[in-house]
Amino acid sequence: MPDETPPDAPVAETEPAEAPPALSVKQEAVLARLAEHLGDAVIECVPLFTDVVARVQPDAWPRVADVAKEHLDCDYLSFISGIDWAPAPKEGDEGSSDTSSPVQPTEMTFGVAGSAGRFQVFAHVQSTQRHWGVTFKVDLDEADPHIASWVPVYPGADWHERECREMFGFVFDGHPSLRPLYLPADFEGHPLRKDFPLLARVVKPWPGLVDVEAMPSEPEAAASESEAST
Amino acid sequence: MSTTDTGTTEGPADAPTTPGFQVDPRALTPLADARVDVELDTGDMILNMGPQHPATHGTLRLVVRLDGERVVSADPVIGYMHRGYEKLAEFRTYPQVTTLINRIDWLSSFANEVPFLEAAEKLMEVEAPPRAKYIRTILTELSRIATFLLFLGEMGLQVGALTPAFYGFRDREHILNLIEAVTGGRFHPNFNRIGGVKDDLPWGWLAECRSAMKIVFDGCDVFEDLVLGNEIFAARCKGVGIIPAELGAAYGVSGSNLRASGVDWDLRRDGEPYLAYPDLDFKVWTHPDGDSFARYWVRLQETRESARMVLQCLDAIPAGAVMAKVPLIIKVPAGEIWVETENPLGQMGYYVVSKGATGPFRVKIRSASFSNVSILPWLLRGVYVPDIITILAGLYFILGDIDR
Repeated sequence: MPDETPPDAPVAETEPAEAPPALSVKQEAVLARLAEHLGDAVIECVPLFTDVVARVQPDAWPRVADVAKEHLDCDYLSFISGIDWAPAPKEGDEGSSDTSSPVQPTEMTFGVAGSAGRFQVFAHVQSTQRHWGVTFKVDLDEADPHIASWVPVYPGADWHERECREMFGFVFDGHPSLRPLYLPADFEGHPLRKDFPLLARVVKPWPGLVDVEAMPSEPEAAASESEAST
Repeated sequence: MSTTDTGTTEGPADAPTTPGFQVDPRALTPLADARVDVELDTGDMILNMGPQHPATHGTLRLVVRLDGERVVSADPVIGYMHRGYEKLAEFRTYPQVTTLINRIDWLSSFANEVPFLEAAEKLMEVEAPPRAKYIRTILTELSRIATFLLFLGEMGLQVGALTPAFYGFRDREHILNLIEAVTGGRFHPNFNRIGGVKDDLPWGWLAECRSAMKIVFDGCDVFEDLVLGNEIFAARCKGVGIIPAELGAAYGVSGSNLRASGVDWDLRRDGEPYLAYPDLDFKVWTHPDGDSFARYWVRLQETRESARMVLQCLDAIPAGAVMAKVPLIIKVPAGEIWVETENPLGQMGYYVVSKGATGPFRVKIRSASFSNVSILPWLLRGVYVPDIITILAGLYFILGDIDR
């Protein structure tokens, strides 16, 4: 496509590139139905590849499930999970030569359809008849993250919400019993939050040269020197 | 209930519907004097199955509350093998994540890699060359065959027929050998790369694969006679563990389990086109019954269908490169994507959030068995103890796929 467009300013070039993603028939149908049945409960609605992402008002969350099932024909619950948009904790030292660990941006940025804060719950539902799917996102309060449960509409939400509860600490109002699913009952903390350290990395930096231990015969100094140089 | 109304009560007709245990009055007639004016209070029994029970294929624990032989409630306890892949993936680069997700469903590791790699490739706007797509398709279908052959044998084992298990393991070995010949690993190939596959197929492999498919077809015929045609097997499985289509979908049950409930939905045909599936001609098998027998039947047909698909791929595989041009250090542009594929155990998907770094910011792994098994509390209510085994075997899950 770049051969046809004349060499323009880079800003002008990105704009036509964003406009064309032609919506598929499925996406158009989903967007139309979302607009019809959810109306202003939808904050933002973005087509994403072959899918649709809709960010909705928190108080409309139970209604979203109803609409998804009744009007979007999405009878199949794919998953419910959460996301913590806080910047990833910095790993290792500043000048570390260790490039195998990804370095994530240090400021908080949000993904598709945006977010009001750090915590979001997102869920994916699909239609077994019409073969389309929608991802719903909803913002959660950072100090007191809670949202309505989808269990009354999708019984499969049970385990997904239990997992989300223990991993992120989100409370799902109306869930029959938010027991821990994976973790022991006395586990403290919420592992998938970004501020929860990956303990294995805290105990031992990853990976490479620091793994090399000094031979028993070598003096201590050599060992500490090689550690410092990495 | 006393001995005097022996004549009026119809006995066992209404007995099984109530959870409380009812005494058959006729049993009491000889003891005319013992006026047992009771409901015999039999306390419920708690039965712990697992975490090391042979029927659970790993560390699934079922806490079953029994009233006599009947299940009052069942509570699956998972997490004994939780490895926290969603957290670990945030600390890995994209190529390193492949190694992790190999271990999710360890029977069909290759198929696990595909959706994640597709997600990364779509975000990077890289496309694997056609030959790589065909190789991926063949290996995905081979892992499906290997997984299902094990199921076809093992399901017989669970209901007490030892023989099919040997045939299952024997035939699967041929498939594993094929996978090993290409990738170097029987179980964890780690063969996918972003932008293609690591290597081309070895010399003579196509012919070998073709002859192995013959073994698969023969094996399927054996299973059809030996297992499906077996009266005892049918008696154990027919009408056991019926999943209604609507409820199954609402629980997120997918793959063959849902197709055995009559839902005509297969991502290879109905989902977004991926790999070489749009080029292939195949049938999606469904069964209306939704019981364990139907699940066996559907998987048997799908094994044959997969073998047919492999043969089609072998005929149509194009020549050319197996890797697209990708940068040395792989950085995936910022964005989000949801990609799912039809894996042997059901639909497996990854929701990948990238912030432009060398590793993902967040990966939500949607594994098939997790949702398939989450229906167990509903499904096991009211069944008899031996049927628990049949239902567990028929659902066919892998613990790594539940716990992740």
